[in-house]
Amino acid sequence: MTIKGKAYLAGIYEHPTRHAPDKSTSQLHAEIAKGALEDAGLTKADIDGYFCAGDAPGGVMAMVDYLGLKVRHFDSTDTGGCSYLVHLGHAAEAIAAGKCSIALITLAGKPRTGAMRPRATGAELDFEAAYGATTHNIYGMCAMRHMHEFGTTSEQLAWIKVAASHHAQYNPHAMLRDVVTVEDVLNSPMISDPLHRMDCCVVTDGGGGLIVTTEAIARSLKKPLVRMIGHGEAIKGPRGGKDLDLTYSAGVWSGPRAFEEAGVTPKDIKYASIYDSFTITVLMQLEDLGFCRKGEGGKFVADGNLISGVGKLPFNTDGGGLCSNHPVNRGGMTKIIEAVRQLRGQAHPKVQVPNCDLAIAHGTGGLLGVRHAASTCILERV
Amino acid sequence: MDSTVKYPTPQGNPETKHFWEQTVEGKLLIKRCTACGEAHYFPRSICPFCFSDQTVWEESSGEGEIYSFSLMRKSASGPYAIGYVTLKEGPSLLTNFVDCNMHSLKIGQKVKVVFKSTDGAPLPFFTPV
Repeated sequence: MTIKGKAYLAGIYEHPTRHAPDKSTSQLHAEIAKGALEDAGLTKADIDGYFCAGDAPGGVMAMVDYLGLKVRHFDSTDTGGCSYLVHLGHAAEAIAAGKCSIALITLAGKPRTGAMRPRATGAELDFEAAYGATTHNIYGMCAMRHMHEFGTTSEQLAWIKVAASHHAQYNPHAMLRDVVTVEDVLNSPMISDPLHRMDCCVVTDGGGGLIVTTEAIARSLKKPLVRMIGHGEAIKGPRGGKDLDLTYSAGVWSGPRAFEEAGVTPKDIKYASIYDSFTITVLMQLEDLGFCRKGEGGKFVADGNLISGVGKLPFNTDGGGLCSNHPVNRGGMTKIIEAVRQLRGQAHPKVQVPNCDLAIAHGTGGLLGVRHAASTCILERV
Repeated sequence: MDSTVKYPTPQGNPETKHFWEQTVEGKLLIKRCTACGEAHYFPRSICPFCFSDQTVWEESSGEGEIYSFSLMRKSASGPYAIGYVTLKEGPSLLTNFVDCNMHSLKIGQKVKVVFKSTDGAPLPFFTPV
């Protein structure tokens, strides 16, 4: 069975807030659910499937009760920031199998207001916890190894932030709207070698949501038609220390699965939403997905190649996690939302890709340099 | 992290109890599967490669080289260098580099294990040789 063409993205909503000290996290989920339903032109009673991850207070049972839903299908897979890209794939599967017909996916939280809950840990706890692994230094190790093996430079990584900033200047909700230069990135303080502060994403409160449905229901609504045509997911870890290779991610497996199901290649993609927790995250994903060869990501991203209207592969035209929004330190949701805006022709006119009929939304979750998941969604305008 | 850092005490469990008993003796153990011959770290009872339960403890030389590292410039306990070491026996492991100039670390550099105390069993760290 394939999900190709079976599931449509009928509703999207990105919460405009970037700082929400006066709201509860459950409240943000509810506001987002309401926003996504209004965008789709549906009501809460229509929802029969619900998807949420580790950011949802109390988990799926508490959320279904809090929101007052009555669902016949649910999924609380948590793979960090790419959970929502996994949920989109799983929602498409459920819709294709007839397990639900209108699925809601929500993400919300407040890391800017207060401390996040610590990550869940497994059998590795005693063997890793003492060493102070954070996102900064773990992604720093990936960048360090990439530079060692392929000669990638800090200047090349900086181009990714520069491109994101060019897009963010047009997004009134973006947390950072100033256009920056390669020099600005290199002159920002070193956080964890070789990553500078401007190689890192923003920390924001907020979230986003999606409504996924059948073709028949999508056609009865008023929004431009956007559908899923391919999905892949994968998990990678050091596996007993034997397979440690920080130069590639699980995207080398999730990407080809998604492209094969969709029947398209990276060359066909008009717009790419690529998870940008750090600049190195983007560079590695572009290689892993096949937009360039392994090791050539640095050359690929340089000189504005990711800037809409300038380069060959417009990416993260909302400003991405590097400049606009990285709600709950989980960037997968906003990747899907901007891809749908592009396919609908509803991105900001300054960054809208002409005739954008095929897009990719891809992300990793967890820690790229330790154990992580990847999920790739290929979306098409009908 | 410097010597004033208080490291978390390993909690241990029936599967890893022997590993922590041996760090008290200054030994770094890995596991090796007698069915497929592969070594792994951190230790499991069932081989993560061939799924055999015929895994045995083996003392590592404690020698290896830096696969990658990153110097965290600020933290509550000061700067520290996280990294992966690939042991001579094959497996790679996550660690910190200690008792050294953290600004001169290099990928490929030879390192050896050193143990740092906790309220319970000592923890393995690495230092350049």
